[in-house]
Amino acid sequence: MRRGWFLPIAAALGFSFLYAPIISLVIFSFNESRLVTVWSGFSTKWYGELFNDPQMLGAAWLSLQIAALSATIALVLGTLAAVALVRFRRFKGRTLFSGMVSAPLVMPDVITGLSLLLLFVAMESLLGWPRGRGTLTIVIAHSTFCMAYVCVVVQSRLSDFDRSLEEAAMDLGASPLRTFFDITLPIIAPALVSGWLLGFTLSLDDLVIASFVSGPGSSTLPMVIFSKVRLGVSPDVNALATIIIGIVALGVLAATIIQLRSRPKKARA
Amino acid sequence: MLVFFLIPLFVVFGISLATKQFGRPPYSALLSTEEGTVQLTLHLSNYIRLFSDNLYVAAYLSSIRIAFIATVITLLVGYPMAYAIARAPDQWRNILLMLVVLPFFTSLLLRVYALIGFMRGNGVINQFLGLFGIEPLVMMQTDFAVYVGIVYTYLPFMILPLYTTLVKLDSSLLEASADLGARPVRTFLSITLPLSLPGIIAGSMLVFIPAIGEFVIPSLLGGPDTLMIGRVLWDEFFTAANWPRAAAVAIAMLVVVVVPIMLLQRAQSAVVEK
Repeated sequence: MRRGWFLPIAAALGFSFLYAPIISLVIFSFNESRLVTVWSGFSTKWYGELFNDPQMLGAAWLSLQIAALSATIALVLGTLAAVALVRFRRFKGRTLFSGMVSAPLVMPDVITGLSLLLLFVAMESLLGWPRGRGTLTIVIAHSTFCMAYVCVVVQSRLSDFDRSLEEAAMDLGASPLRTFFDITLPIIAPALVSGWLLGFTLSLDDLVIASFVSGPGSSTLPMVIFSKVRLGVSPDVNALATIIIGIVALGVLAATIIQLRSRPKKARA
Repeated sequence: MLVFFLIPLFVVFGISLATKQFGRPPYSALLSTEEGTVQLTLHLSNYIRLFSDNLYVAAYLSSIRIAFIATVITLLVGYPMAYAIARAPDQWRNILLMLVVLPFFTSLLLRVYALIGFMRGNGVINQFLGLFGIEPLVMMQTDFAVYVGIVYTYLPFMILPLYTTLVKLDSSLLEASADLGARPVRTFLSITLPLSLPGIIAGSMLVFIPAIGEFVIPSLLGGPDTLMIGRVLWDEFFTAANWPRAAAVAIAMLVVVVVPIMLLQRAQSAVVEK
């Protein structure tokens, strides 16, 4: 087997490329100076400034609400879609269905955003709902694209699921619904948790789709950050970024640990 | 039970209708209250405009070029990393993989922002170079910055599918090749590379497709002359407020993207089967 020097070095370089900008951002968030990249002493004043900015706080709160709601809706719908895809190997339009489920994963955001907006506008003129655009439309839009991710995560969990457990439950007289809630659900729970977290972070992160489908007065956090960054680099964005990176890192860590713990003992390499 | 599957099916179906039909006459007709026929001609004119106006053609071409070059660079950076992870000792693999995935969960916007701090005129790189007395490099607002941005943000998408194919690689094949006297480079070229082809295709498409429509990266890192179609669509929509034309731009983009998506799905099913 090849054990040269090339691979480790390439990997090390790659990882430093991935992390150097983030680490420098975190370091400079504690910088005293207004000049973002000139170090002039340790300070947490940008964090203080951040927490006194009502626009930022409002946007952050709105984003969190949207993310939680969208992730929950996406979880329910995505799980159902995954169950449909895995359990019913063949049904009419399965290819179409799976294609539709996975399309949002690769579709450029601008297309998704625009198409959803046009759908909302069309629905409004046809059905009178949703009236105007705002938080509700963002939630719908986010649920739909997060659903695709949830579906993929749950699907992979379901496909290495031991069917005989379900069959045993059915043989013992459990109704399909009861089997689903007593057997299937607990077993796929870790996938559900990580799917939800995935949806949550994706929704929290989305700028493009939210910009399209939001209305006046419903600016999410990425939208506020984007307009700030466009005007120039400002130190309080560093602080905000550090907080978000910290939260996300903890979330991913938690999700990974849950996934690893729940893996059956057979230790898949 | 059937109801449970039908509800999401209908939801997705509704969405699919949106993606598929929004550029067609019915939808743009709905946007205004004029007669359908008027809208139809109006709509066609958007497509004609798309081809006659150099801006759009140039934007598509440069999007494809930028996305393509960035994908190649990402592949070159990502392949050794994926290979190193796949060959790493078992207890290391999950940690390394998590390190790859972690930035992906960190907001794209914030990662791009971190890059700005890195590449700015008085950013970290230039300050570092300054220690050696090297003149500051102009990196921001160039195509170079866009390449770096795309490679940086999409690297995980490249590494993960590559890793899945590489880790399944049967090492006995490599040993056999080495036993038969092939040099490492030759073993790599004639065994590892062809066997990881599905991963290469899947990874490349996962980078290429979103990169074409990328909006955030070119608008924050690129210069005023960096033309990318996502940006054109955005401006058409938000600045010019020309919805039908934005829709036409999107439809054309979709056409550009559909072929890669089909390639991707083929590659993915190949990955799954192996």
